[in-house]
Amino acid sequence: MSTALAESAAGGLNPLRQTKPRYGEKVIRGILFAAAAVSIFTTFGIIVSLLIPSVEFFTEIPVTEFLFTTTWTPLFANPQYGVLPLIMGTMVITVIAIAIAIPLGLGSAIYLSEYAKPKARKVLKPTLEVLAGIPTVVFGFFALEFITEFVLKPIFPGIQVFNALSAGIVMGIMIIPTIASLSEDAMSAVPAGLRDGAYALGATKRQVALRVIVPAALSGIVAAFVLGISRAIGETMIVTVAAGLQPNMTLNPLEGMQTMTSYIAAAGAGDVSTGSIEYKSIFAVGMLLFIITFFMNLISIRLVRKYRQAYQ
Amino acid sequence: MSETMSEIHDPQPPQSTSDLNNTGRMDVSAVLEGAEVPEAVSNIVFDLANVQVYYGDFQAVRDVTMQIGRNEITAFIGPSGCGKSTLLRSFNRMNDLIPGARVEGLLAYHGFNIYAPDVDPIEVRRRIGMVFQKPNVFPKSIYENVAYGPKVNGMKVNMDDLVEECLTKAALWDEVKDDLKKSAYALSGGQQQRLVIARCIAVKPEVILMDEPCASLDPIATAKIEDLMKELAKDYTIVIVTHNMQQAARVSERTAFFTADVDANGVRHGRLVEYGPTRRIFTAPHDPRTEDYISGRFG
Amino acid sequence: MTTTLSSPASSSPIDLEGKGQPFVDKTFRWILFLCLAVGIIFLAILLTYVTIKGWPRLTPTLWENMPSLRRPATAGAQSAITGTLWVIGFTALFALPVGFLGAVYMEEYANPTSRFTRFVEVNIQNLAAVPSIVYGILGLAIFARALSLGQSVITAGLTLALLVLPVIIVSTREALRAVPQNIRHGSLALGATLWQTTWRQTMPAAVPGMATGTILALSRAIGEAAPLLLLGAVTFISFNPTGPFSAYTTLPIQIFNWTKESREEFQVLASATIVLLLVILLAMNAVAILIRNRTQKRW
Repeated sequence: MSTALAESAAGGLNPLRQTKPRYGEKVIRGILFAAAAVSIFTTFGIIVSLLIPSVEFFTEIPVTEFLFTTTWTPLFANPQYGVLPLIMGTMVITVIAIAIAIPLGLGSAIYLSEYAKPKARKVLKPTLEVLAGIPTVVFGFFALEFITEFVLKPIFPGIQVFNALSAGIVMGIMIIPTIASLSEDAMSAVPAGLRDGAYALGATKRQVALRVIVPAALSGIVAAFVLGISRAIGETMIVTVAAGLQPNMTLNPLEGMQTMTSYIAAAGAGDVSTGSIEYKSIFAVGMLLFIITFFMNLISIRLVRKYRQAYQ
Repeated sequence: MSETMSEIHDPQPPQSTSDLNNTGRMDVSAVLEGAEVPEAVSNIVFDLANVQVYYGDFQAVRDVTMQIGRNEITAFIGPSGCGKSTLLRSFNRMNDLIPGARVEGLLAYHGFNIYAPDVDPIEVRRRIGMVFQKPNVFPKSIYENVAYGPKVNGMKVNMDDLVEECLTKAALWDEVKDDLKKSAYALSGGQQQRLVIARCIAVKPEVILMDEPCASLDPIATAKIEDLMKELAKDYTIVIVTHNMQQAARVSERTAFFTADVDANGVRHGRLVEYGPTRRIFTAPHDPRTEDYISGRFG
Repeated sequence: MTTTLSSPASSSPIDLEGKGQPFVDKTFRWILFLCLAVGIIFLAILLTYVTIKGWPRLTPTLWENMPSLRRPATAGAQSAITGTLWVIGFTALFALPVGFLGAVYMEEYANPTSRFTRFVEVNIQNLAAVPSIVYGILGLAIFARALSLGQSVITAGLTLALLVLPVIIVSTREALRAVPQNIRHGSLALGATLWQTTWRQTMPAAVPGMATGTILALSRAIGEAAPLLLLGAVTFISFNPTGPFSAYTTLPIQIFNWTKESREEFQVLASATIVLLLVILLAMNAVAILIRNRTQKRW
């Protein structure tokens, strides 16, 4: 059975040496590396594709005019490029959305994490996941056809067909699963010892949930909120369908308004010639959107890391 | 840091054996079954000179000088955390898988340095096989488990014959011959470990390293493996790490006793204390630490 | 009389009911349940509404006929159905190999502490949270215009592939991580190379997790409309795609187009198409759950 000795009998040469370098393995490693690097290409691609046209845009339109004037009429004969109406529109709808999503999302999370029996949990949690899986264009349709028509019109008879309120409400519900699942993750990471210790002292479920669990999971919960806000800001289809495409510098949710995302969608879907200033405005708004959501995501990721480390 | 040492196969700490019963000198002469061998190793397979194993800056094993003899069963014994498994894994370069692990000194296989820059670790591992503490059969059929090694090494053989030969050598053929397509997970722990051995010898190694192979097995399965070991020693060189001193006494011809030095910071470094024929180690050890361990006074 | 333990302060039997705040606690619990109920009721109403509204058009004409703006009574969504299939086909073609192999690199080959690895991981985390319309901008600038692929199926496939890539990488990494380390060690110890080990042992064992991740990613891609708005899907398409460079439309986009129309018949068509889309997504997710439940590996 000792073939090895026979081979080494030839003296001198190490029988264990590499007879031929393993090229195949090197090639494979290179391919795998390239695959992993695609994600870097994506980020790079996003930044470059946003940056170059944006820079060109800002050579024609000063940044101050972009950020601080209040008229957005890129398609008029004498176009104006003040982005504040778009930011205002995004903000109004986002505020409505998170006013719904944060309490309902956190409440759902606390219920699922602290109160629900395992059997109930098995049914309820997947339901939230189904909600999360519904395409956003469906939500937009529902906002326009049902919420505006059958829920809001009876309450606010003068409401416009396209309005921020229905978009905001529906968006809020859409974001509930995001906030709920991330908050629930944070809460279940709280060590059992903390929970049990509080119960052992005679605290009720409510007291444990509000005074022990939520504070302990706070950074994770805040991360969930931040992520929810980021999603609301970046959401396109619901606002495009239900909130209309008219830039509107108002705080009145009963009116329609255009957001950063719905502007990009509308302008990008239309026939804009490459190189024109309207074409570049798509990228300028896109850049603004990307910067805002990027920083929010960064904060959220940092917060998640913080709570994960605390309990590792 | 002692976690890193056993990280490679299983985070489960070795089970304590029942014979460390602190009742004074234990009489192992009754179980000494290995052949009588001279002090010096005659047919050297592994030659270690001042071998040290590091994980990054941490020195896990200090200064080991010894020889492993051909067709002998050599046992590494000693308390937990003294580098036995770490040293064993450096024989087949499995330590390479841990980032930051390195070996200093000379570890020679038939006179050739295993860690020379032009050495192919894949070829090393084909010639020097390993059986792990927990049987790690693949989630495939019994046949595919045994056939895997030859296949990946490109061996041109009649696979059916080779599978039967190896399962027979591993004392498993009769138990599985009726259904080789059965999943390996359907076997018992002892059978799985024998399957691992069959799989190991299918690539025609010269050496079989065993890292506490019976740690997760019941006494009957353990006895079967021990008998198997003695059969295998006729064709292979075997090095076994074990926590069970009686097992070492039963199966091995040579025994190496390791211990751990604890330095000023409380960090443990493994060290070879004594190495010699099993009969001598267990009846007339030279070093008092060896005697303490064997008689169960500590460990 | 022997001394007795002093009796409790109250002479009545021990009262374990306590005072507490049962009303506040109960109310709190109900409020929480209501929070959850709102989402669930909303979902129920939404599903009911689209089904009822779309019911008249849930007939075979929905998939047999092409969309038409002039004859809503006979319009169908065939071009959207085939368009979706073509686009998702290309999405899978680009995203799955890159995602699987990229995850394999990160889990099996890369040094976990190297800067490149950390950089890739941070990248993936960020990309997962970028708004989908930004991916549309990327697709427009680079694939449609710079690479002159135009507003075609292949552009859509590439763009959506980049969009879902983080999902595939993360779920594949998790699936690979779930494969026990000692399986890899067993393979390597037999003299297999890292790729042989990965391809023949690790990846096959991770297939169920990879499959569910794939389904998740493709479900996401099927429902996406925002990026495609910038990639030409919005133009009125009443033919099936003829090739990778053909114009196209997808189900979400068709829904969007019909929703914009003021005539009621188109709202009904949109509803029916929504039901179709949801049924497809439901079927995919049912398959994913089936896979997850069927393959509970007992390591």
